[in-house]
Amino acid sequence: MKVLVAVKRVVDYSVRVRVRADGSGVETANVKMSMNPFDEIAVEEAVRWRESGQAEELTVLSAGPDACQETLRTALAMGADRGIHLRVPDPGGALEPLALAKLLAQQVAREPVDIVLLGKQAIDDDANQTGQMLAGLLGWPQGTFCSAIRFVGEGLEVVREVDGGLEHLALELPAVLTTDLRLNEPRYVKLPNIMKAKKKPIEVREAAELGVDIAPRVQIIQVAEPARRTAGVVLNDATELVARLREEAKVI
Amino acid sequence: MAVLVIAEHDGEQLAAATRSAVAAAQLLGSEVDLLVAGHRVETLAAAAACIAGLRGVLSCDAPQLEHALAECHAPLVASLAGEYSHVFTAATTTGKNLLPRVAALLDRAQVSDLMAVVDAQTFVRPVYAGNALETVRVEETPVVASVRPTAFGAVGDDDPVAIRVVQLPDAPPAGSRFLKLEASPGERPELTTAGVVVSGGRGVGSAENFALIDQLADALGAAVGASRAAVDAGYVPNDYQVGQTGKVVAPSLYVAVGISGAIQHLAGMKDSKVIVAINKDPDAPIFQVADYGLVGDLFQIVPQLIAALEK
Ligand SMILES: Cc1cc2nc3c(=O)[nH]c(=O)nc-3n(C[C@H](O)[C@H](O)[C@H](O)COP(=O)(O)OP(=O)(O)OC[C@H]3O[C@@H](n4cnc5c(N)ncnc54)[C@H](O)[C@@H]3O)c2cc1C
Ligand SMILES: Nc1ncnc2c1ncn2[C@@H]1O[C@H](COP(=O)(O)O)[C@@H](O)[C@H]1O
Repeated sequence: MKVLVAVKRVVDYSVRVRVRADGSGVETANVKMSMNPFDEIAVEEAVRWRESGQAEELTVLSAGPDACQETLRTALAMGADRGIHLRVPDPGGALEPLALAKLLAQQVAREPVDIVLLGKQAIDDDANQTGQMLAGLLGWPQGTFCSAIRFVGEGLEVVREVDGGLEHLALELPAVLTTDLRLNEPRYVKLPNIMKAKKKPIEVREAAELGVDIAPRVQIIQVAEPARRTAGVVLNDATELVARLREEAKVI
Repeated sequence: MAVLVIAEHDGEQLAAATRSAVAAAQLLGSEVDLLVAGHRVETLAAAAACIAGLRGVLSCDAPQLEHALAECHAPLVASLAGEYSHVFTAATTTGKNLLPRVAALLDRAQVSDLMAVVDAQTFVRPVYAGNALETVRVEETPVVASVRPTAFGAVGDDDPVAIRVVQLPDAPPAGSRFLKLEASPGERPELTTAGVVVSGGRGVGSAENFALIDQLADALGAAVGASRAAVDAGYVPNDYQVGQTGKVVAPSLYVAVGISGAIQHLAGMKDSKVIVAINKDPDAPIFQVADYGLVGDLFQIVPQLIAALEK
C-alpha cells in the first residue's frame, strides 16, 4: 500500500500573530514556523503504518517557498521515505485549498497511491477544505476529522469527530483521510533520525509548471485586527460574582 | 439569481445552525431557497418550509441520502448549483465535510466560516484562530461559502412556502458506508446555541471532578463545554471541545473553569457577551478577556458559586 501525506509549513501554533499595520496580512517575518500540527498527526499515523508493514511507501508533499523543505525534512525524520516539494516562489500569494487539491490530484495521477492523508485544517488559513476538495476531484470516498483509522478487510473503518459525537464509517480504498487532534500523539524526532533524513530524497518541482490552474480565486482585500476584549475586574468571592451577573451584566 | 442554502438535520429535526445560514443568506439581497436532502424527509421539508423569508424549499428523498455522506450529497448540490448565485451551508462538522467537495465538483473556491457579509461578493472571515479578520472578494458564480452560525441571528418561522421535489442525479458509487453514530448523551442544552455555557479545563483534574462543572451548569441552566486539554485527558467527549478546531460558541454568559485561555481556546468563545474566569493563577491569560474573574481554587469557588446561585 502506498500513502501520500500533505504537510504545510505554517506559523507555529504558539506564536501570537500580529496584523501588519498596512492591513496587507499578518507579520510572518522572523516568526517561528513549524509543520501544521494536524499534518504532524497525519505523518505520525502514516509512519506507524509504515513501521507495522501496512504501508510499503510513504511520500510527503509540501507546496510553498523553499523553506518548505525544512518541513519535509521533519517528516522524513519522523519516518517518511521521500519528499516532494512543489515550489511556489516567495513572495507570492499562498496557494488556495482548491489549487493545492488540484496539484495533489495531479500528483496522484502521476504516481498512484491508496491513501492520501491530510490535516483537517491548516492553522493559518483555518480553511478546512483541501482534503474534501481532493476527494471530490478524484471521486474517492472521504474520511474527514478522523480520531481512529483501522484497516479492515480490503478497506478502512474510520471514526470521525463530529458535532454530535463520534461517527463510524466504512470506506473503500483508495480514499482521502483527514486527521483530528485525537488520532495519535506525534513522536519527538530523535537526532540520529534527523541525520538519516538528510540522505532521503526530496524531488523539487515548480508548481507553476505542472499545467494546473493555481491562480488565486479569492481576492484578499484587507486583513484587520479583531476587536480586542479588555480585561475586566477580579472579584472577591462567588456572592459578589452572582450579584454582578444579576444586577450589572443582567445575564442570569 | 437566488441563493441556495443547504439544510442540516439528523433525520428528525432541522439543525439550529441552518436558521443562521439562512439569516446570512438573506443579507445578500436575493431570494433564498433551502435544500432538504435525506431519506423520508417529508416532515422535515414541511418544517423547513415554515422558515421565515424563504422563496421555496427543494426536497430530495433517496435512501443514499439518509446519512450526511458527502459522497452522496455533493453531486446533488452540484447539480442544483447552476441556478444559484451563492451556495451556503453552516460551518458545522456536517457542512465542513460536505461543502468543499461541492466546491471542487463545481471548480469553485470556497470561503470558510463567513462572519460578516459586506456585499454579495465581499465577506469577512477569521484566520489564525481569529487573531486576524480577512475581508475577501469572490467574483465567481456561484459563491460557495460556509457560515459561522454564532455570527448571525437565527431566522424564525412564518407561513409555509412551496416545496419542490428534486431528483438525485446519477453519481458514481459512494465508496463509503455509514456504520453508526456514538452520540454523546444529550439531556443538556446544545452547546452552540445555549445562552449560558460552563466549560471546564485541565484544572478540573479528572472525569469524576467534572461532575462539579455539571452541577454548576445545572444551577445556571447551561450547556457544558471543555478545553482541548480536558477532552484529550478523557474528562469529557470530543464534541465538548470549544475552540479554533472545535466548536464556536457565543452565549450571553461563558464561564471558564480551570482553563488557562490559550489562543486556540479563545478562538471559540471570545465573542461571548460576558466572560467569567475561575482560575487559581492570577496571571492566566483567560483573565485578559474575562469581564469578571475569581482567583482561587475551583474546588472551593465552584461549590460556593452554586450555593450563591441557589440563594
Ligand atoms: C492544532 C491545535 C489545535 C487546538 N485546538 C484547540 C481547541 O479547539 N480548543 C482548545 O481549548 N484548545 C485547543 N488547543 C490546545 C491549546 O493550545 C491549549 O493547550 C489548551 O486550550 C489548554 O487547555 P486548558 O486551559 O484546559 O489547560 P492548561 O493550559 O493546562 O490550563 C489549566 C488551567 O487550570 C488552572 N488550574 C489548575 N488547577 C486549578 C484549580 N484547582 N483551581 C483553579 N484553577 C486551576 C491552571 O492555573 C491553568 O491556568 C489546540 C492546540 C493545537 C496545537
Ligand atoms: N501548501 C500546502 N502544502 C502541503 N499541504 C497542504 C498545504 N496547504 C494545505 N495542505 C494540506 O491540507 C490540509 C488542510 O488545509 P486547509 O484546507 O488549508 O485548512 C492541511 O492540514 C495539509 O495537510
